[in-house]
Amino acid sequence: MTWGLVFEQLLNGLQYGVMLFLMAAGLTLVLGIMNMVNLAHGSLYMVGAYLAVALTAWTGNYFAGVALALLGTLLIGMAVEMVALRALYHRDHLDQVLATFGLILFFNELVSMIWGRGAQYASLPSWLQGHIDLFTGSRYPVYRVAILVVGLSTAITLWYVVTRTRLGMLVRAGASNRTMVGALGVNIRLLYTVVFGVGAALAGLAGLMAGPIYAVQPGMGELILIQVFVVIVIGGIGSVRGALVGAIIVGVVDTLGRAFLKPLLASVISPPAAEAAGPALASMLIYLLMAVVLAVRPAGLFSSR
Amino acid sequence: MKLRLVLWGLGIALLVALPPLAIALGQTYYIDLVRRVLILSIAAISLNLILGYGGLVSFGHAAYLGIGAYSAGIMAFYGVSSGWLQWPLAVGASALVAAAIGAVSIRTSGIYFIMITLAFTQMLYYLGISLAEFGGDDGMRLKARSQFSGLIDLGNPVAFYYLALALMLLSVFLVYRIVNSRFGMVLRAAKSNDPRTRAIGFSPYFYRLAAFVLAGAMCGLAGALYANHTNYITPGLMSWQQSGDLMFMVILGGMASTAGPVIGTFALLVIEEVLKGWTEYWQVVLGPLLVLSVVFFKRGLAGMFYKPDA
Amino acid sequence: MLEVRGLTKQFGALRASDGIDFDVAEGETHAVIGPNGAGKTTFISQLAGNLRPDSGTVRFAGADITALPAPRRARLGLARSFQITSLYPDFSALHNVALAIQAHSGHSFRFWRDARSDPALIEPARKVLNEVGLSARVNVLAANLAHGEQRQLEMAMALATRPRLLLLDEPMAGMGTDESLRMIALLASLKRKHTIILVEHDMDAVFRLADRISVLVYGRVIATDTPEKIRRNEEVRQAYLGSEA
Repeated sequence: MTWGLVFEQLLNGLQYGVMLFLMAAGLTLVLGIMNMVNLAHGSLYMVGAYLAVALTAWTGNYFAGVALALLGTLLIGMAVEMVALRALYHRDHLDQVLATFGLILFFNELVSMIWGRGAQYASLPSWLQGHIDLFTGSRYPVYRVAILVVGLSTAITLWYVVTRTRLGMLVRAGASNRTMVGALGVNIRLLYTVVFGVGAALAGLAGLMAGPIYAVQPGMGELILIQVFVVIVIGGIGSVRGALVGAIIVGVVDTLGRAFLKPLLASVISPPAAEAAGPALASMLIYLLMAVVLAVRPAGLFSSR
Repeated sequence: MKLRLVLWGLGIALLVALPPLAIALGQTYYIDLVRRVLILSIAAISLNLILGYGGLVSFGHAAYLGIGAYSAGIMAFYGVSSGWLQWPLAVGASALVAAAIGAVSIRTSGIYFIMITLAFTQMLYYLGISLAEFGGDDGMRLKARSQFSGLIDLGNPVAFYYLALALMLLSVFLVYRIVNSRFGMVLRAAKSNDPRTRAIGFSPYFYRLAAFVLAGAMCGLAGALYANHTNYITPGLMSWQQSGDLMFMVILGGMASTAGPVIGTFALLVIEEVLKGWTEYWQVVLGPLLVLSVVFFKRGLAGMFYKPDA
Repeated sequence: MLEVRGLTKQFGALRASDGIDFDVAEGETHAVIGPNGAGKTTFISQLAGNLRPDSGTVRFAGADITALPAPRRARLGLARSFQITSLYPDFSALHNVALAIQAHSGHSFRFWRDARSDPALIEPARKVLNEVGLSARVNVLAANLAHGEQRQLEMAMALATRPRLLLLDEPMAGMGTDESLRMIALLASLKRKHTIILVEHDMDAVFRLADRISVLVYGRVIATDTPEKIRRNEEVRQAYLGSEA
């Protein structure tokens, strides 16, 4: 366990955290402003990944593929909002959970029908392959650095929009008091559609970036979605800042845990026991963290309510 | 009220008559199919207690199916195949885990509660996958069926069927008594109007937690039964998809009604069987069907016959 | 019976309660009046335990209850009725009150016996419903009762808990003349047996029922006195009564 290795895993954790943030930001705003539980958010992540694979292959150009995938996810997201989700805004959370659960089944099967149940191969252009040298002497994939850069710039842009623009002010106001914003004469429907659209685009972005690293397959959205829930619970509903902090924490804890818990345990208890307990504990780590945060702050760290 | 009793009598009579009928018609497959429905009904009945009557949207109820099943499986793995030991452990372990998860989760409400129960169940799912000893991702076979000192042979499909039927009816009766008792009234009151319930002097937390534990325990029993039914135990039993299925069984049948969960389980599993017969991609049809049922069909099937309990 | 000192509650820049001192003696009917936005409901919520004050103390029958949550206070004998009707809409009037009775009949971790027909709960519930004048409507679902009857049911639920102190938040809200008169008569009959804090806009009721009146304006008590003296108080007239009294 060298420092170089630790730093590398730390970077991985940050990179994963940044992707979690992209998912969490959209979801927490939808939860906070529209008071709507949307399980199908993971499906948009999956759609982004699949569209990127298909459109990059079709156009032969990485940038075109990415841009079209983003656009496609945005459009599909808005279509879903208009067709299915509009009917659910005034329903209770149980109904929303069940209906969006049905949507997940639909999207997973649809994707299976078109592309099959196996994993798809997402290729990278040559300039994104390869490694760079870190100051620690080890080498780190260029692509992961790119993800970090894209993710952080998106975070900064979001921060700017939410805290420094009128739209952002409406979003923040809506997150803490929806009825009041409506009463002030703001076009709530338009606001909802915009918020949802932005969330969908962010999810699609996370998905298409995830493609080359993680498997592009049916059900990929739900695996990350549940971790996104953990992020939002820790960060607090409706807070983009909370989503960022929560995402970084979850990303780093999860990655470091998986990498180092087993060797750490092995130095304390017997290696065979560590062999069994290590991975088990590592996979439970972020949930235990969530439980601890909840015990102290039931509404999350930065709740807007 | 009379109508209800008549319908119940009819239903029970049909269920009792099914095995001999199936055998006579040479369609023994139905004994297995309905037995699966009966076992999952127990899980749905337990969820109805906290979801339908208690208003706790627990998206992690399948966890207890898994804990119950793995309790039986792990004990069998280590050579303990006595049902007298396995099944109480399944129930006890589920109750314990429910107490732990409930203690933390019930302090929250609304969206948080949904996400948290989902997250904890996912945690157990990952735990199940990581236990390579017990098959990990692929799961494991049940080494031997639960033995009950020769009183009943679970290897006999018909005997097992009648046991499942008896336990299902017992569950229905238990939940019926509970929801109409003092305890049940507080639970239902807290769902109906939480501030009012506090104002008259009840602290809903403890009642909800107790209901949560009871529901978990009952679902654990269903899990032990299920392990014996399928002879195979996988972490998929604890997946969020399974939790979603359980919720639909409760909703489709009609929440907060005695027969609802049973009807709902029948409905969902029958629809699945039919759809599976049509196409390999049956979920592409089921998904939108479920969405439509939520949007348009709020009161569930039981609501068509009579108004559910308040 | 109730002693409030320095009660303060701030919502951002708004001081909803600004260092309120307040007393209620046993058997007294103490009314709280004030213009809309004065902070009356915030005040009641802090007394009932639904809101935590930022500072100050609340003492009930000599004990400090400032940190106690609403259910505990209710069990100590502090009953509250809500300004916006808050009942169990799908239960009958009888079962609504039976629940309130149940809350004060020992613990409720009983899982077997049917509570819907338990005479230990039903009989006392009937008596209370009689007392408030709803004996003809006991089996009607709360959602199907007329507005005035719902307010009566609110009162019944408060009474069913055998309270030492009644916190009534605008019991006559939304009532027509006939209903109001009935409610005033009911409250008058309760005066002799209970200690009451009455928040009301209906000046008729207030001046007929109150032993003392406190006037709340912008979160502060500007006057506490007998009805006659309050009627003549210049500051109060300017702030609230105007030419009404």
